[in-house]
Amino acid sequence: MGKAWVFESSIDTDMLAPGPYMKFGIDEIARHCLEAVDPGFASQVQPGDVVIGPRNFGLGSSREQAPAALRHLGVAAVLAPSFSGLFYRNAINVGQLVLECPEAASIRTGDDIEVDATNGLVRNNTTGAVIGCAPVPPHLLTMINAGGLLPWLEQRIARGELQTR
Amino acid sequence: MGQTLTEKLVARACGQTTVTPGDLVTCKVDLAMMHDSGGPRRVKPMLERLGARVWDPDRVVVITDHYVPATDDDSRQIVATARDWVQTAGIRRFHDGIGICHVVLAEQGHLRPGLFAVGGDSHSPTGGAFGCYMFGIGATEMLGVLVTGEIWLRVPQTIRLDWRGQLTHGLSAKDMMLAMCARLGMDGGRYQSIEYAGEAVRALGMQERMTLSNMAAELGAQAGIIEADATTRAFLAAAGLTDVDIDPWRGDADAVPAEHHAFDADSLAPHAAAPHSPANSAPIGDHGKVDIDVAYIGACTGAKLVDLRMAAEVLRGRRIAAGMRLLVGPATAQDEAQARHEGTLGALLDAGAELLPNACGACAGYGAWRFEAGTRVIASTARNFKGRMGSSSAEIWLGSPYTVAAAAVTGALTDPRLLLDRAPGLTDRGN
Ligand code: SF4
Repeated sequence: MGKAWVFESSIDTDMLAPGPYMKFGIDEIARHCLEAVDPGFASQVQPGDVVIGPRNFGLGSSREQAPAALRHLGVAAVLAPSFSGLFYRNAINVGQLVLECPEAASIRTGDDIEVDATNGLVRNNTTGAVIGCAPVPPHLLTMINAGGLLPWLEQRIARGELQTR
Repeated sequence: MGQTLTEKLVARACGQTTVTPGDLVTCKVDLAMMHDSGGPRRVKPMLERLGARVWDPDRVVVITDHYVPATDDDSRQIVATARDWVQTAGIRRFHDGIGICHVVLAEQGHLRPGLFAVGGDSHSPTGGAFGCYMFGIGATEMLGVLVTGEIWLRVPQTIRLDWRGQLTHGLSAKDMMLAMCARLGMDGGRYQSIEYAGEAVRALGMQERMTLSNMAAELGAQAGIIEADATTRAFLAAAGLTDVDIDPWRGDADAVPAEHHAFDADSLAPHAAAPHSPANSAPIGDHGKVDIDVAYIGACTGAKLVDLRMAAEVLRGRRIAAGMRLLVGPATAQDEAQARHEGTLGALLDAGAELLPNACGACAGYGAWRFEAGTRVIASTARNFKGRMGSSSAEIWLGSPYTVAAAAVTGALTDPRLLLDRAPGLTDRGN
């Protein structure tokens, strides 16, 4: 599916969406995503790649540009032993798949990774290992699959489930 | 078994008599606060795409603070969008350029015990100081709230952080907070609800209680709540709210929190956090000799009136060290006016402070104020992540307003008690 990018030091929202670029659109913010820890990341990451991080991934601010930048770069999933709660909610809202994987640290940069979100399974095609992750709750998976909260609301409005006064 | 305050607040908002931690519930939102950065400029195009309107404009507060005063065209555009949008959306509770959102929200009387509130900013737990359940959300989730008036929540567990004893002179809520960050780490809150309790918490004025609730974010909690009492009631009365009923908003005596941690205020020493995490906190004496270039009293966390008073207590009649810069950005215009009136601001300026606008300023790291490579800064702000306030080689230390002021005088990390008289401090600070 995609290549793993492993980050070992703590990853906060200022690294994912750096302050000086916050006044610009997501295109510009994404160009600087994680540059403080890996200047080559934003230019080299490919759609379908997977980001692996340490616990409390995405701690810090409420800026949803942090997960949105990863999604904009085409990151298929973020795997970490735990996420900052605010980052986790934001990721789902912007349609970025995130999975809590206690054993995420067993993955190495460059490993070929395949993610099965519905069953909470991660296959490492490089080593053959299969890692179990906490499955994403169904109501949240629906939202991610819809592309995030905005398209999901759009669908609900179209179906007449939601009134927009 | 009784219910914690957290459980009572959530149960009321989701229309149940009781709730069980871990359950998924949908809550009605009483109040939604947005600022210029995560607010109108982000939600306006999304609302337009949906053809939707704000569910209840009277439950929305908009405050500009991140990009004010605007220093370039992009920032001007962001703030202009906020001004236009509140007009179209019919939002009357709009505070433009009068201070930092979390402090303005309380000062303008928008918070009261019992509310279930969300804010488009990670330090929204600040509202918890008033016995509200308040937490931060991102812009898209805010859109969901604006359209539906509701939000989903996993009912949080309650983590009680209990402070026994009394703070001694030269110590403050910020030192308590840094000590909690050191002990529990930045994910110790596990995105659950913290309730601050105990004698030392009850002895704090509202603005220092706000510092505790504010930095619940640094503990990784969703909310940071303090039970309302006579101190809360007095603050709210001054903000124009005289009809507040605090009695329903107490935890039951037999409620059992999921986790409980005890701390001792009597023996607490002034703390500072080394770069690049609030969890790198330790008593100042443990850090060794640290030279400092810039001292910064700023942010919702550390530049309220009470914080300015602490800094003034150290700086009155003194000058900052040669080569040192002291930046002071009072959290709100009202706090600045009071500080000016009573001589607090004068003491800071006479000592050599440079006055910054009543806005996020250097704390956000968005605008004109960015610290240069190699600079070592000590700030009264909440977080010191690498690169947040400037170059990634800038070193940001965190301390209380007393500690930041002491560093300004000596040019190095210093225990502020060495520069303070032995007179009691807590009672002088007020608020
Ligand atoms: S002052 Fe700093 S912490 Fe407070 S709202 Fe502004 S940017 Fe956030």
